[in-house]
Amino acid sequence: MGLAPRPDASVAARPASDHVVSYDPQSQEGWITTRLDMLVNWGRANSLWPMPFGTACCAIEFMASAASRFDLARFGMERMSFSPRQADVLICAGRVPFKLAPVIRRIYQQMPQPKWVISMGACASSGGMFDNYAVVQGIDTIIPVDVYVPGCPPRPEGLMYGIMMLQEKVKRERMSDQSLREEMDPDPASNLYIPPAVIDELSEPFGNSVHQTRSGL
Amino acid sequence: MATKRTIEVALSTTGLDREGRPQRVPLAVDERGQVTTLAPPPALEPEPELEGEHMLINLGPQHPATHGVLRLVLELDGETVVRCIPHIGYLHCGFEKIGEYRQYNQIIPWTDREDYLNSPGNNIAFALGAERLFGVEITERCTVLRVIALELSRIISHLVWVGTTCIDIGAFTPFLWAFQERENIYNLLEGWVGARLTTSISRVGGMAADIPDGWLDGLRGFLKTFPKTVAEVDKMVTRHGIWVGRTIGLGVMTADEAINYGLSGAMARASGVAWDMRKDFPYLDYETYDFDVPVGVNGDVYDRFLVRMEELRQSVRILEQAVERLPDGPVNVDDPRLILPPKSKATSEMESMIHHFKLVMEGPRPPVGEVYVPVESPKGEKGYYFVSDGTAKPVRWRIRPPSFVNLSAIPKMVEGHLLSDVIAINASIDIVMGEIDR
Amino acid sequence: MSAPFTVVHAGHAAPDAPAPRTARQVPHRGGTPNPSAARLQAKFPQQYVRHEVMWGDTTVYVLPERVQDVVRWLHDDAGEQYDYLVDVTAVEYRDVEQPLEVVWHLRSLPYRRFLRLKAQLPKGTPLRVPSVWPIYQGADWLERECFDMFGISFDGHPDLRRILMWEQYREGYPLRKDFPLRGRFSRAEQLRQALSQNPEAKYSMEELTIADAFEDLPLDMRRRLAGGERTGE
Repeated sequence: MGLAPRPDASVAARPASDHVVSYDPQSQEGWITTRLDMLVNWGRANSLWPMPFGTACCAIEFMASAASRFDLARFGMERMSFSPRQADVLICAGRVPFKLAPVIRRIYQQMPQPKWVISMGACASSGGMFDNYAVVQGIDTIIPVDVYVPGCPPRPEGLMYGIMMLQEKVKRERMSDQSLREEMDPDPASNLYIPPAVIDELSEPFGNSVHQTRSGL
Repeated sequence: MATKRTIEVALSTTGLDREGRPQRVPLAVDERGQVTTLAPPPALEPEPELEGEHMLINLGPQHPATHGVLRLVLELDGETVVRCIPHIGYLHCGFEKIGEYRQYNQIIPWTDREDYLNSPGNNIAFALGAERLFGVEITERCTVLRVIALELSRIISHLVWVGTTCIDIGAFTPFLWAFQERENIYNLLEGWVGARLTTSISRVGGMAADIPDGWLDGLRGFLKTFPKTVAEVDKMVTRHGIWVGRTIGLGVMTADEAINYGLSGAMARASGVAWDMRKDFPYLDYETYDFDVPVGVNGDVYDRFLVRMEELRQSVRILEQAVERLPDGPVNVDDPRLILPPKSKATSEMESMIHHFKLVMEGPRPPVGEVYVPVESPKGEKGYYFVSDGTAKPVRWRIRPPSFVNLSAIPKMVEGHLLSDVIAINASIDIVMGEIDR
Repeated sequence: MSAPFTVVHAGHAAPDAPAPRTARQVPHRGGTPNPSAARLQAKFPQQYVRHEVMWGDTTVYVLPERVQDVVRWLHDDAGEQYDYLVDVTAVEYRDVEQPLEVVWHLRSLPYRRFLRLKAQLPKGTPLRVPSVWPIYQGADWLERECFDMFGISFDGHPDLRRILMWEQYREGYPLRKDFPLRGRFSRAEQLRQALSQNPEAKYSMEELTIADAFEDLPLDMRRRLAGGERTGE
C-alpha cells in the first residue's frame, strides 16, 4: 500500500549495513548489564500497571478481563491506576472521537517513562467501523502505540494475547538503547507528532468503506 | 390476560438512628397503591455559614471509567455542590450520520455499539422499528425469541449497573459476582450468535440465527442459578448500613419533575411514575406475560437500586414463561423482499443467486414513510425514529437515547449534595456514554 | 422533603379504555387518527397545516412561529395532557427542494397517546423555531443537540451551545445533507483543530453563566453576543 514506515521507537537501532555481520567488541554488552536488563525487564513486564482509558464497548470487555473468569491479576495488572502518573501502560479501549483527542494526548503526556500503549479494539487501532467526521482514525495518529489488539471488541483472551506480546516487547528492551525512552515531541504549532501527509495516508478509507459513501439507491 | 399490578416499595427515609444503625424499614406492599408506612425524615440543623470562595473542579472526562467519558464541572462550596455543569460529546461518533449511508440490515451492527451494555435489546428495538416501516409481521417463534433476548439483555445491563454502582459506592465484591453471571449469559449469547458483547442478534424480518439444540437447557440452568446470585447481592448490600446511609435521600426527583424532565425507565419508576413501555405500549406480546413492574416512592438513589434489583427478578420470571411457550416454526418471516434465500439455493439456482445479489448489494427498500417504535430498554424509553424516502438507506435515523435525557437532570439532582454523593447519584442514573453521545 | 410522595399511575385518565395490546397489522396510511389532531385543528386553525396517519402514528404539521403556544396548549389542556416530551429532532431530506422539518414527539401518559408534531423550515430562510424548554425541562439538551447537528436555533432556550461537538467546531453542522460523511477538512486538519483545544479550557468561573461573565468579556464579544450571534457557521 505504500505506507511510510511508522515511527517505532522500540526497534533497536539497525546496524549500519544489513549484509555484513559485524563484531565490535566495544559494543557488546557485558554480562552484568545483560543480567540487569533481564531483571529490570522481568520486573516491568510482570507488573505493568494499566491505565484503562476505556471509552466504549472494549472497556466492558476490559472489565470482563479483569473480572474473575479471565483474571488480569495473573499478569500483575489488577491494580488499575486511574491516575496516569502512576501507570505504566495506557490501554485505550474504545473509540476516540476528535473531541477526546486532546484528552488522550494530555493523559499520555502525563504518564512518566517507561510507558507503553496498547490500542485495544478496531476503533482505537484504525477508527474501526466509524469512518466519519467525528472519530480519530487510529490513536497512533495522536500517540505512539506499541501493541494493536484487533477485534470488535476483542475477546478477553485476545486482549491477554496482546498483553503477552507487550510483555515480550518489554523483555526485549535494553537499557543501553536510550531511544526507547524518548518522549514524544509534537510540533508546537500543529500539535501533530507525525507529518500530516502520513496522518492522511493512515486515515484513508479502505475496503468497503470506500464504496459506501453514496447514499440512496 | 394479566392486569397491571405493581409492587410498591415504601420506605421511611429516616436513615440511621442515633447509634448509627440503619433504622428498620418495614416494606409495605399494598395492592391498591396505598402507601402505609412512611415517616417524615428528621429535620436537620442548618450548617453555619462559613466564609470562603467557591471552588471549581473538573470531574472527568477520564475518571474511573465505569461510566464512560463524562465531564462534570462542579462548583463547590466546601464539600457541597452549588452548581454542576455536565459536558458530553466525548464519545460522539456520528452514528446518525452513518445510518444515512447504510442499508437497514447494515445498521444493525451500529445499534450494538451505542448502548453496548444492551446490545441485543438495541438490535431488537431497531428491528421492531424497521419492520413497522416495512410493514411486515414477524413469526411466532421470532416473537418469543426476541422476548428472551430482550430480557437477557436487561439482565446483563442491570448486572453491569449493580457491579459498577457497588464499586462507586465502595463495595467491590458484588462487581465480581455480577460479572461472573454476565459470563454465563455471554456463554449463552455466544452459543446463539457467536458474539459475546456486540451481538447483532436481529435482522429485519427475523433473527440472525435460530437457537442451537440444547440452548434452552443452558438457559434453564442459568435461570436456576441466577436468582441465588441476586439473593447474595441483596443480602450483602440492601440492608447494609453504609449502603443505606450513602444512598437514602440522595438525588431526589419527584414524580412531576421526572415527567417534566423526560426521565424514563427505572429513574421515572423510582420517582413514583408507574410507567413501563412493556405494559403501557406493549410490543412482542408482553401483555400476555405475567410480570410485575416495581415502582418506588421516594425517587432517591436507594429506590432506584431497589427498583432495578426487583427488575432482575421479574426478568427471570418473564424468561421462565418465555422458555415454556417457545413455539416451533420458522424464525424469519417468509418475505423475499427481506430475507436472503438459503445458501444452498443461492449457490445453485440462478434466480436465488440474483435475489441474493440484489438484497446484499442494494438492500431491501421500504415504502415512503416514517415510524417511531419505542421499547423499554434497561435504561429507559429507547426508540428509533426512521424516515424513509423509498430507498434502501434511511433519510434519517434518529436514536432516542434514554440516558441522554436522564442525564440532563443531573444538575438538578446533585445541587446541595456532597461531592461523594455526586458519584453515587451519577451511578444511579445508569448512563452509558455510547448512547448519550452516539 | 416534607410530604410523602404518592405513586403516580400513568395511564389513569382512561379507565374504561381497552387494555394496551401489541399492535398488529398496522396499516401504512389511513388508520385511526389521534383525537388530538382534530382538536388541535379546531383550537389553532391558523397554525394547523395538515395531519396524516402513518403506520399508526399521527403527525400534525403546524407553522413554526407559534409552536410554543401549540405545545403549551397540548401540555396544559385537561383533555390532552401531553405531559411527556419524548424527543425533539429534525429531518433533512435528500431532495433539495424539500424544507427542513423540526419534529417534536409528545406523549400523554394519562391518556396513553403519542403525537408527532412537525414544523417545516424552507431552506434559505433563517432556521429558527421557538423553544419548548419553558414547558418541558427535558427539551434542554435535546434542542442543544438539534442546534449542534443542524444549525436550527431555538428561541427562548436558556443556553444554546454545541453539545456533542466542541464549541469552536468550525466544520459546520454535521447532520446536514451538504456536510460530507467524513467532514470537510482533511484528517490531519481535523486532528490539528481537535488537538488545539485545551482540554482544561473553561476552567474558570466565567464559564458558568455567560450573563454572569458578561462584564468581563472583551467588547467585541459582548457586541456579538448581544447581537445574538452563535458559534458555528
